[in-house]
Amino acid sequence: MSEVVHGYRRSDPATQPPLDSPSYGSTRARFPRQPLLELPHTLTETSSPVFTAARYPEVADLTALDGGGEAMGERIIVAGRLTDEDGRPVRHAMVEVWQANAAGRYNHEGDTHDAPLDPNFRGMGRVFTDADGWYRYVTIRPGAYPWRNHSNAWRPNHIHYSLFGSGFAQRMITQMYFPGDPLLPLDPIFNTVSDEAARNRLVARFDLDVTEPERALGYRFDLVLRGREATPMEDGHHG
Amino acid sequence: MAETATPELAPSAATLVASAHQTAGPYWHLVDFPEWADTTRHFADAIPAGAERITLTGTVTDGTGALVGDALVEIWHADPAGRYPEEGGDPTAFQGYGRCATDKAGRYRFVTLKPGPVPVGPRTGDNRVQAPHVALAIFARGLLQHVSTRLYFEGEALNATDPVLRAVPEARRGTMIARPSGDGTWTLDLRLQGENETVWMAV
Repeated sequence: MSEVVHGYRRSDPATQPPLDSPSYGSTRARFPRQPLLELPHTLTETSSPVFTAARYPEVADLTALDGGGEAMGERIIVAGRLTDEDGRPVRHAMVEVWQANAAGRYNHEGDTHDAPLDPNFRGMGRVFTDADGWYRYVTIRPGAYPWRNHSNAWRPNHIHYSLFGSGFAQRMITQMYFPGDPLLPLDPIFNTVSDEAARNRLVARFDLDVTEPERALGYRFDLVLRGREATPMEDGHHG
Repeated sequence: MAETATPELAPSAATLVASAHQTAGPYWHLVDFPEWADTTRHFADAIPAGAERITLTGTVTDGTGALVGDALVEIWHADPAGRYPEEGGDPTAFQGYGRCATDKAGRYRFVTLKPGPVPVGPRTGDNRVQAPHVALAIFARGLLQHVSTRLYFEGEALNATDPVLRAVPEARRGTMIARPSGDGTWTLDLRLQGENETVWMAV
């Protein structure tokens, strides 16, 4: 049996952050005030660009730049599985990540936090999932950093993720957080997701199976893209 | 093509819940690769016959009228014949995916090929035709999920019958229709909020 993709299921709003989130000040002038128009999914939404490592080379170890030394900080391994809501692996998907360095500073001209830049850390990674949806990369644990959302505001440690599925309607950018971070209950961005279970799924968990002896702690972080609304068809009767 | 009518969809019980989106924040430029704004970059010598090279540009402004200089804009559209790549298809064929950072003046700019008319869903037996269009996604600080719209091309006869455009209140359709300036450049300004707000869509 194969399936024809009609579109993708809509999320329970409690499991997604609302665009209008007053506690996160930058939303104020940027959220649409008009109600969103529901777009029926067409071929445009159920198709997606095809990325390959040949044209989009992998950067699976963020701790080492070509010709440079090793990044400062606590080396970690992050691994996980990308599936859809029905548990189907999202195969050969491009996963992009970016993050601050161990001192909590981004290698970005807009970041003026008074913390050192690391000449051996750029903070950008790119990997592809395998045929079963698994991805893995090596990096350093990012530091916390201050921001100006409110008085004495600090972002918890996090790594940004950019993901593509098999339909452009599955496109997603999100953030991975770390377990036990005392800043999580205080962070307006994390807490814009009102459903506690959905929020906590953005927190990686320490995993001894991902951990490598004498090398690095391992974290497991699974991601889920929207599931399909699909009709089963017999093989050979589609496309 | 299926020879029988499409059976009613029986929604399968979801076993997992889609991950929550989070903002791209102000430092997403670590994954900005300016060459991605030119979708033709891999096809310099292999542009399909009859393809029209175009520039898509415009500004992004917020609810206060300020230019948004830290947005990530993405485009996704069909090829000049109205085709999209098949899943796992030929990765060397043209595909209309681009990414662009807005500059300090809030401006995005893509070089691409003008898409052709696109069937609504040939894989599902829905052969109504959509006018040529470009899916636009905006990610930025202050956007907890990306916002989405479509860009259409002024003067296309198919605009009158496009099922998505027709679902938009007529008074607001203009926020989705790019205008030509004669040299292959099409301009569409995007307003996140407020007066003349772009029609943003729940995709």
